[in-house]
Amino acid sequence: MGRIQLKQVQKKFGDVEVIPPLDLEINDGEFVVFVGPSGCGKSTLLRLIAGLEDTTSGLIEIDGADATALPPAKRRLAMVFQSYALYPHMTVRKNIAFPMRMAGMDQAEQEKRIASAAKALNLTDYLDRRPGQLSGGQRQRVAIGRAIVREPAAFLFDEPLSNLDAALRVGMRMEISELHKKLATTMVYVTHDQVEAMTMADKIVVLQAGVIEQVGSPLELYHTPRNKFVAGFIGSPKMNLIEGPEAAKHDAHTIGIRPEHIEVSTTEGQWQGTVGVAEHLGSDTFIHIHGIPGCDPMTVRASGDVSVRHGDTVHLTPIASQIHKFGADGLRMS
Amino acid sequence: MARAVTNQRKAINTAAAWIIGLLIFFPILWTILTSFKTEAQAISDPPVFLFFQWTTENYSTVMERSNYGRFLWNSIFIAGGSTILGLIIAIPAAWSMAFVPSRRTKDILLWMLSTKMLPAVGVLYPIYLLFIQFGLLDNVYGLTFILMLINLPIIVWMLYTYFREIPGEILEAARMDGANLKSEILYVLTPMAIPGIASTMLLNFILAWNEAFWTLNLTAAKAAPLTAFIASYSSPEGLFYAKLSAASTMAIAPILIMGWFSQKQLVRGLTFGAVK
Repeated sequence: MGRIQLKQVQKKFGDVEVIPPLDLEINDGEFVVFVGPSGCGKSTLLRLIAGLEDTTSGLIEIDGADATALPPAKRRLAMVFQSYALYPHMTVRKNIAFPMRMAGMDQAEQEKRIASAAKALNLTDYLDRRPGQLSGGQRQRVAIGRAIVREPAAFLFDEPLSNLDAALRVGMRMEISELHKKLATTMVYVTHDQVEAMTMADKIVVLQAGVIEQVGSPLELYHTPRNKFVAGFIGSPKMNLIEGPEAAKHDAHTIGIRPEHIEVSTTEGQWQGTVGVAEHLGSDTFIHIHGIPGCDPMTVRASGDVSVRHGDTVHLTPIASQIHKFGADGLRMS
Repeated sequence: MARAVTNQRKAINTAAAWIIGLLIFFPILWTILTSFKTEAQAISDPPVFLFFQWTTENYSTVMERSNYGRFLWNSIFIAGGSTILGLIIAIPAAWSMAFVPSRRTKDILLWMLSTKMLPAVGVLYPIYLLFIQFGLLDNVYGLTFILMLINLPIIVWMLYTYFREIPGEILEAARMDGANLKSEILYVLTPMAIPGIASTMLLNFILAWNEAFWTLNLTAAKAAPLTAFIASYSSPEGLFYAKLSAASTMAIAPILIMGWFSQKQLVRGLTFGAVK
């Protein structure tokens, strides 16, 4: 079981309120991702759940029991840190065994769990090495191994992939997702990378300045962002936000249109602009277009290899059904 | 051209370093040389440097006259004991200062260090009286305790700087893994800080070994360490340079040998963890 509830949880550092009182419910077995820009309080929120920071006020419940004042060790949570935080003086085997040793588990059971974790994480050949002799990806696996042997109520991940190179990150992302499917244990995952959030989460919590902007499934956030911030944050490339007369035509303060919901033509269209930079990815082409009133530059995602060059004139037409409308307060207009 | 200048400068720097090094080492060298001379050669004018009749007579006289073994044991006991006792107190103190600092931590550290600036003689009288009161005069335990107190600020400071280099996330990981405070310090922090703890231990051992003010003032015969052993040779009967030198050589030899073998750790210790 791993149900975590935050009730009016608040955190202040001195006089600075980092997290105004917030409520959040994380269901058993759910993969929840906290996402937001740097300094939005997502790591602090995770550390509050972990017990590494004390709450200023409010209640944290784990499986219905009040855990607000419990020390980290008593919360039955395991954490994977950004820096891996392995014990450099211990071998991989001892690193993985450490939480079990602290729990006073018997030797045979420890060995059994180490062997099974090592097998699942491809670490069997490295058990007698020290962390310093491992690559970044292997270290991260050791950190995960150390977390799973405890069979915790929930896993907490604090930006675990941000120290890895791009290729490894994609691989580890898959591994963590598969691990979640296999263990079906609650996972709370912090990242600033919205691609990680979209691909891994059952539920995304978008944070800004300590405030929850929206909670929902990846596709809910993609299709119906609650406000301009979520609209701009979720999706890659970012949603184009258009203000001024163009928005007024739709009776809105701001309209948003995703790059993949704009049709490009060299002959006719609703808006006309000049190509600035075209990024050819092979599968897609991201075209940055200047000269569109109220949105400069506008980004368009065209499927396949589109042959446009810097300085070309193009015509753009948004797909009407995919236009998001926001009021002057930044909130979505139904 | 630029390279030639650098090489020249390098040579000058090397020469200067050697000269300074020899200058610092010279008194020790002279002491060792003198210890092998006769009393007459030791005070001869002009002094003889290397070409004299080498003799080990001074050493045998010194060994006959005093119980070197007991002084040596007292030195080891006092220096070792005060170091270990100091570490037991300083490790938790430095842990709390490095990982859960309060707004006053810096002030406390400075205040602790400032006690080292106090002239020891200023507190001799009250401490002497306390020692009489508790029957600790000429007692190795009393001396161990006072030397531990004298060097504690240095130990805490050094450990603090070493602990600060250890990433806090690793200790947090230990906490998440179910370690209580004791396990965290014992199984994670201490093994990771071993190089720092080792240099702190060495430096403190040397400081305690060489400490003369308190050892001379608070001991008589029973608890006297090697510093008192040397001092006993500048006696009212007159100065016997050669014998005094032999006694000094015997007193510094153990620490000199230990220092030689642990140079690397010592240099790290003396830079107070500032240089990695």
